[in-house]
Amino acid sequence: MKAPAFAYAKPTSLAEVFDCLDGSEGVRLLAGGQSLIPSLNMRLSAPTVLVDLNHIAALRGVTEASGVIRIGAMTRHHELATSPLIASRVPLIAKAVPHIAHQAIRNRGTIGGSLALADPSTELPACCLALDAAIVAASRRGERRIAARDFFLGIYETALAPDEVLVAVEFPASPVNAVSGFDELARRHGDYAIVGLAAQGVRKGETWSSLKLAFFGAGDRPLLAEAAAQAVIAGKGIAEAQAALQDALSPSDDGECSAKTKMHLARVLLGRVIATMESGT
Amino acid sequence: MTPAAEIHTITLTVNGERITRSVAARMHLVDFLREQLDLTGSHLGCEHGVCGACTVQVDGVAVRGCLMLAVQADSATIVTVEGLTDSGVLADVQEAFLQRNALQCGFCTPGMLTTIAELLTVNPDPSRDAIRDAISGNYCRCTGYHAIVDAVQNAVAARRTKEAAE
Repeated sequence: MKAPAFAYAKPTSLAEVFDCLDGSEGVRLLAGGQSLIPSLNMRLSAPTVLVDLNHIAALRGVTEASGVIRIGAMTRHHELATSPLIASRVPLIAKAVPHIAHQAIRNRGTIGGSLALADPSTELPACCLALDAAIVAASRRGERRIAARDFFLGIYETALAPDEVLVAVEFPASPVNAVSGFDELARRHGDYAIVGLAAQGVRKGETWSSLKLAFFGAGDRPLLAEAAAQAVIAGKGIAEAQAALQDALSPSDDGECSAKTKMHLARVLLGRVIATMESGT
Repeated sequence: MTPAAEIHTITLTVNGERITRSVAARMHLVDFLREQLDLTGSHLGCEHGVCGACTVQVDGVAVRGCLMLAVQADSATIVTVEGLTDSGVLADVQEAFLQRNALQCGFCTPGMLTTIAELLTVNPDPSRDAIRDAISGNYCRCTGYHAIVDAVQNAVAARRTKEAAE
C-alpha cells in the first residue's frame, strides 16, 4: 500500500523542531523511519506533518565524558555496532545490536527512534533498563533526564511530553568487573523476539555483587526481574531464579506463542544467559 | 527552514547521473526510482521492509528503498542494481548466480545482489554463515537459498584464486 498524503519538514536545528511541535495535531517526528514508514505504508498512522530529524548534526554520535557515554538520538544501529567506544564501554549494546532486524534496517534505524517508539518486544529499551540509562529529553522548557525505569510506560507509550524531543541517551560506563549478557529467541534471525533478555552485573571471582535482568517481549514494556536477580546474587541456584520469574513477567498470548510458552522460554533464556556470564565468555 | 509543502524538489545522484525532480512528500524512494526514472530493477514486494526486494544503496550503504521517502534522498547518492550492473562490480557474482541457478523467478535477485554487494565490501571473504546472515533479510520463495549461498561462495572462491594467480 501507499502512504497517505502528509507535509514534510526538514529542520536543521532543534529550535526549528520545537517550532514544529507547536501543539497542532498530527505532527510526527521521523527518525530512522524503519517502524514509522511501514506504519505509513500500511496506513496504520496518518500524520499531517512529518518532521525529519535526519539533518540535525547535534543528534548524531557517541561521546564519553566523566564516565558517562552519551549516544545521540539519531545515531544509527550500524554505528553502534561498529563503535569501538560502545564495544569497550557499553558492551551490552554491542551484543544486542546484531539481533536488531537486518543490516539494511540497521543502516538506517536509530537508537532514539527505537526508544521513543517503545515497542515492548525490542532490544534497546531492555538494554537501557539493564544499564540504568538516562533518557535525555529536550524542549523549549529545557532539558531533563528520565531514568529508563520511569521512561517506558506501556506499549508504544513513554514519559515524553508532547513538546519534547528525545535527543540522547546516557549510559554509565561499565565498571570494573562488569559482565554483560544478551540473548533472544526468535523464529528466524532478525524477526521480532518472542522473548529476550539483556543482563548487566558485576562479578568478582565466583561472586556476584550486582545484577540486573531486563526481559523484553515478556510484558507491555521491558521488565526488570528483581527477585530472580537477587536469587542469582545470593547463589541460590538457577532453578530458584527461574521460578522467581513467574511474578516478574507478564507475557501475553499472540499468534505465535502462548503466554505459558513465553514464560517457559524466559526461564530457558535466563539459564543460558547466566551460564554464559558465569563462564566468563 | 523548509516550509512544510506537499511537493518538494530534490536533486540527487542516481547511478552516477545528477538528477533534479519534483516529488510528493508521501512517495517512497523505490516508487520514485521505478515510476519517475524508469529504473525498474528495484522491486517492490511487501512495502513494509520485510522482503528486501527493494534494497538499494544510499550513500554507500544498503537500505530498504520502501522505508525511505524520496524527499529524504535529496543530495544523496543512490546506486541501484542497474548501477551495480553497469559498473561491473558484481559481474562475477551475477555470472555465478546463473551458473548455480541461484534465481528462478528473479523477483528477489536485485535485492539479493545489492545486499551481497555490501557484504563483499565489508567482508571480502565471508563464511557460509556470514553469507546466510547477510541475506537473512531478503526473501526468496523459489530457490530455498542454498543455491544463492553457493553462488556467492563460488564467486568469492574464484576471486581468491584470481588474486593468488596475480
